[in-house]
Amino acid sequence: MLGVKRSDLPLDKDAHSRFLPWLVAFMVFLAVLAIGGILVLNATAQRWDQGVGGTLTVQIAATEDAGKDQNNLQEVLNVIAAEAGIERYLVIEEERMMALLEPWLGASAKAGDLPLPKLIDVGLADEARFDLKGFTRKLQLRVPEATVDDHRIWLQRLVNLIRTVELIALSILVFIALATMGTVIFTTRTGLAVHKEAIEVLHLIGAQDSYIAGQFAGRAMMLGLKGGLMGLALGLPALLCVGYLAESLEDAALPNLSFGIFEWALFAAIPICVALLAMTTARSTVLRSLGRML
Amino acid sequence: MPGLSKGNIARFENVGLRYGLGPEVLRDVTFSLQSGSFHFLVGESGAGKSSLLKLMYLALKPSRGLISLFGSDIATTPRPALPALRRQIGVVFQEFRLLEHLSTFDNVALPLRVAGVKESDVNRHVTELLEWVGLKDHMKSRPPTLSGGQQQRVSIARAVIARPKLLLADEPTGNVDDRMALRLMHLFEELNRLGTTIVVATHNMALVDSLGYPVMRLDAGAMSVAEGSGNKSAAREWRESRESAQSEARAQARARRERLRADTEDADTDPPGIENFL
Repeated sequence: MLGVKRSDLPLDKDAHSRFLPWLVAFMVFLAVLAIGGILVLNATAQRWDQGVGGTLTVQIAATEDAGKDQNNLQEVLNVIAAEAGIERYLVIEEERMMALLEPWLGASAKAGDLPLPKLIDVGLADEARFDLKGFTRKLQLRVPEATVDDHRIWLQRLVNLIRTVELIALSILVFIALATMGTVIFTTRTGLAVHKEAIEVLHLIGAQDSYIAGQFAGRAMMLGLKGGLMGLALGLPALLCVGYLAESLEDAALPNLSFGIFEWALFAAIPICVALLAMTTARSTVLRSLGRML
Repeated sequence: MPGLSKGNIARFENVGLRYGLGPEVLRDVTFSLQSGSFHFLVGESGAGKSSLLKLMYLALKPSRGLISLFGSDIATTPRPALPALRRQIGVVFQEFRLLEHLSTFDNVALPLRVAGVKESDVNRHVTELLEWVGLKDHMKSRPPTLSGGQQQRVSIARAVIARPKLLLADEPTGNVDDRMALRLMHLFEELNRLGTTIVVATHNMALVDSLGYPVMRLDAGAMSVAEGSGNKSAAREWRESRESAQSEARAQARARRERLRADTEDADTDPPGIENFL
């Protein structure tokens, strides 16, 4: 009953169903933006994860005694060198620290004026198998001033934030689907009322419910597809426009919107999904209504 | 007695019908229709004729009693099996109930399409039947552009196209002149001769008396069944008048053909015989 070519009901002339593609287009427009948002957030989370994952920072708090500081650094470096899972390490030089701090302290600040901690950037061979607790314990046994920051807490918070926003975007998608279904149900019910007489005649001459439902379903599918394509035609340029603007920002916090085949396929699937949703909704609406007839 | 061995087409036992909480419009209706029978259904307006027909074409459920069609008890027949029963019933509705957005052809084709008949067969059957009822030239017209009598014929064509076992007609001669009424009754008789069980609800007592078929009479929701009036002289008279009407029509048609050398659009030409399309 998917492709009813000839319709016994004049559904294509129904004035009340003409607005359906536009409502669907609006829904799809929102869906495109929500999905675009999800994709961007996912990419962002991944980029941050790759950027800081597999590294940790060892920090040695400065003491009053410069000689002790030097000793501490050496001790820490010994521990790091002895640790099997560590691939590379780099002591952050004072010039680089000052450069990083310059926006806060100003150009006139000198290294010796401030008790700066020593920072060591450590690269891990395999983050999952690295014994962080053991390493931290060993380190603090030798140098109580040393602390280990593996960025996980910081990253976890960011990822939590992103996942929450993603959940919201997903729930927006669910609401969009529900609103689309509601619109289709309303349109179909109106159609059932408008064509009550013709439907009754079809019913009385022995049409199966699925025959009648198929006509409504086919029509809803076409309207849904039309609306879906219109929504896609509106939504994609909007999304690309946002992406273009974000790209033109220097050092953008957002990754650029360069979609791969998967992402494009996802967008292409939206009108099809909407069409199928409209079709099944119309079908079940009609079947439910006809079920009340003898 | 043809068809007696084939048993009952329809059986009503103590059937009662009420709408909502209103009074019973049909009370203790009991009868059975033998396969191949022809009955008139008469009664005052409001006596329940249309309600009884609605029960028979499965548009209504009885409030009580047993209805069995083609050997199936309607009360226990699962809903998905009902369309198959309905397809064996042809209905000529009192108000035609043609689908106004469909052409004459598509209206008549509906029962075949609903039953999933191949489109090439649909084409052939519908064209032949429309030719037979004299609407060949109106195949593409929509019902609102047709006259009452033409719509009547479309509605009858739709009722018989799928060769129903049971034909129910509600006032089928109410909107046509006497000559067309005769023609339609002739069509019903032809169908009946080919085995279709027929029930015709009518007000036209002259028709009932002249044809002499058994009469089911509804009186305030109660039914009595009478054998045919046996008024054979009236029947003969009716047939004679029909035949003279036909021969007159034939003569007229011949004359017109000779004058115009063209087929006329109306139904006055002699029917080629229903066997041709059934």
